[in-house]
Amino acid sequence: MTADVELDAVTVRFGSFTAVEDARLRIAPGEFFSFLGPSGCGKTTILRAISGFVAPTEGQVRIGGRDMAGIGPNRRPTALIFQSLALFPMMSVADNVGYGLRVRGVPRRARREAVDRLLHLVALGDQGAKRVDELSGGQRQRVAIARALAVEPQVLLLDEPLSALDLKLRQHMRRELRDIQRRVGLTFIYITHDQGEALTMSDRIAVMNQGRIEQVGDGREVYERPLTAFVAGFVGESNALAGRVLATADGQASIETALGVLRGRNPTGLAAGDAATLFVRPEALEPGAVALDNQCEAMVGDMAFEGSVTHVSLLAGATPLMAALSRQAPPQRGERVTLGFAARDAVVLAPARG
Amino acid sequence: MGSALGHSLALALPFVVVLGFWLAAMADRRRRTTPAPGFFQRNGPVIGTYLIVAVGLWAIVIIALPLISMVELSFRPKLPPLQMGGPRDLYTLDNYRYFLFGSATDTSHWNVTHLHAFVLTIVASVLVTAFDFAFCYPLAFFMAQVARPARLRILLLMLIAPYWINEVLRAFAFRVIFGSYGVLNRALLGLGLVHDPVDFIGLDIAMYAGLAYAYLLLMVFPLYNAIENLDRSQIEAARDLGAPWWRIHRDVVIPFAKPGIASGCTLVFMLTSGALAAPLILGGPRTLWFTPIVYDRFYQAFNWPQGSAYALVLLLTCVVFVLAVLRATRLSLGQITR
Repeated sequence: MTADVELDAVTVRFGSFTAVEDARLRIAPGEFFSFLGPSGCGKTTILRAISGFVAPTEGQVRIGGRDMAGIGPNRRPTALIFQSLALFPMMSVADNVGYGLRVRGVPRRARREAVDRLLHLVALGDQGAKRVDELSGGQRQRVAIARALAVEPQVLLLDEPLSALDLKLRQHMRRELRDIQRRVGLTFIYITHDQGEALTMSDRIAVMNQGRIEQVGDGREVYERPLTAFVAGFVGESNALAGRVLATADGQASIETALGVLRGRNPTGLAAGDAATLFVRPEALEPGAVALDNQCEAMVGDMAFEGSVTHVSLLAGATPLMAALSRQAPPQRGERVTLGFAARDAVVLAPARG
Repeated sequence: MGSALGHSLALALPFVVVLGFWLAAMADRRRRTTPAPGFFQRNGPVIGTYLIVAVGLWAIVIIALPLISMVELSFRPKLPPLQMGGPRDLYTLDNYRYFLFGSATDTSHWNVTHLHAFVLTIVASVLVTAFDFAFCYPLAFFMAQVARPARLRILLLMLIAPYWINEVLRAFAFRVIFGSYGVLNRALLGLGLVHDPVDFIGLDIAMYAGLAYAYLLLMVFPLYNAIENLDRSQIEAARDLGAPWWRIHRDVVIPFAKPGIASGCTLVFMLTSGALAAPLILGGPRTLWFTPIVYDRFYQAFNWPQGSAYALVLLLTCVVFVLAVLRATRLSLGQITR
């Protein structure tokens, strides 16, 4: 059984500090949903409000249509996987997985069957008798997942559970998590500051900054069509050029920057005279592409070859730029090049708050 | 004779330490360039020598020698000084026989007074330990997992401040509180809860309260230390999995804090069963706690061999208690002394 989660104008304050402000969204049943943001952006607080460890100062958390106010974490249809995993060190692997069932008074035999089934689900079938500290990092991770799934939650909450693992294992666990989610069909709510995790695993992502949800959308949407300067800057690399809007037409805006007048999409309807920043991805910059909407002159600086792409630092006047070349032959260091990019690959947004 | 050797060593101790310091300093000045291996390399010759001498002296003079001489003394008869070492100075079980039967020769009657006091002391110490645990566990949990730093500091100060006062004076403070016209009785009378003052001292309530209070800190701090190391997310994980609060304590906190609990309980038990000030000052006229009896063997009866035997009985009981606690909690001695 799986359920939807609704945040209805949820605000959480700690004293005078507002951790989450007016969060509104609906997470569909069976969705893999991520909250992405830098540390301190309020994403963990949202998770704790859903799991019941924090009560919203205002607004409602609804799970499966039911208001969760006054319902403690031990009585919600959610299970939380902690950043530290929080496995019980004095219990065996099987006892950890079966703990939720034990406190529910499930008889020993039924409990053992459930534990066996779950340990097989996470490929730890023969590890039940081991102590937790005898397992590797990835195995512990899977014990935590099995322990959370044991209580048959309708929603599984994951608080940066992969952050303690090394890179290879992390990438492996991403696939595995996604796989487990498809098999059990539960709503997964995932908290991370790692955009790679959010982009690869999630059906949808909410990008958060300073307690606010800045944008909700699938990975491609958030990456290709950011709606705020924060999202444009936080998700993926961007070149940011500050300036002022000169004119708008056909959903595009011309903006006066240090590199001259440049054109980009205008999704938020900025008007002439507004302060604005133009964002363009490094991979959208093409050396020598004189036929494109925007042009600027730049001097080639350092280059970093990373296999599939080469990152090139450039200096346009006093403005540093980054370009990512995949197929083109890289220019020479010290060479002057003309960079071009299409207006549809650039976006003009109001400058970031704060 | 062990005790004479012990006395002379104790008197010589300060001189030995000073001499050791001086020698080490001289040696250090002379051999600065030649590094010593291992222990001395790590600590330097001065501190290395000092550590060895200090720990050695501590172990021999303060622990081993008195204990050995006490064990030896407990098997010897009480004799006037002139006959010591004479033909009548033979090893004997008389002192232990006296503890059990109240006479060195006749074994037809039990030594009811002393045995009763001994059993009472052990049972009461167990109860005091249990009470201290029940009282300190919530407090330690609050301090370690709930309290904010500012409140924790105030709480710690409130806990520690009374212990800046001497143990004997603290016991007298309890007399003031529990006396016939003490603070507590006057409050009860004033509130009309009782008509006549309650004889807290005669009923031994004052003594048990004093004993429970005397070693409270030795229960609080091991518990606090142990619980503070518990990752709070473990408590939250148990809660999230559906555990009610009492199960969280039973399944997660207490198993985790087991070494701290065992160390607090053994400390409190040993010190309570060996307490002297509280039973002497707060004990009612009819109470016989075991330690004052031991004290009387030494300083009233001037029967040091018998006193040694009594003290040894108490010591062995404490050792058995510690071993039993370790066995029950499946811990090693190293884990609880951490």
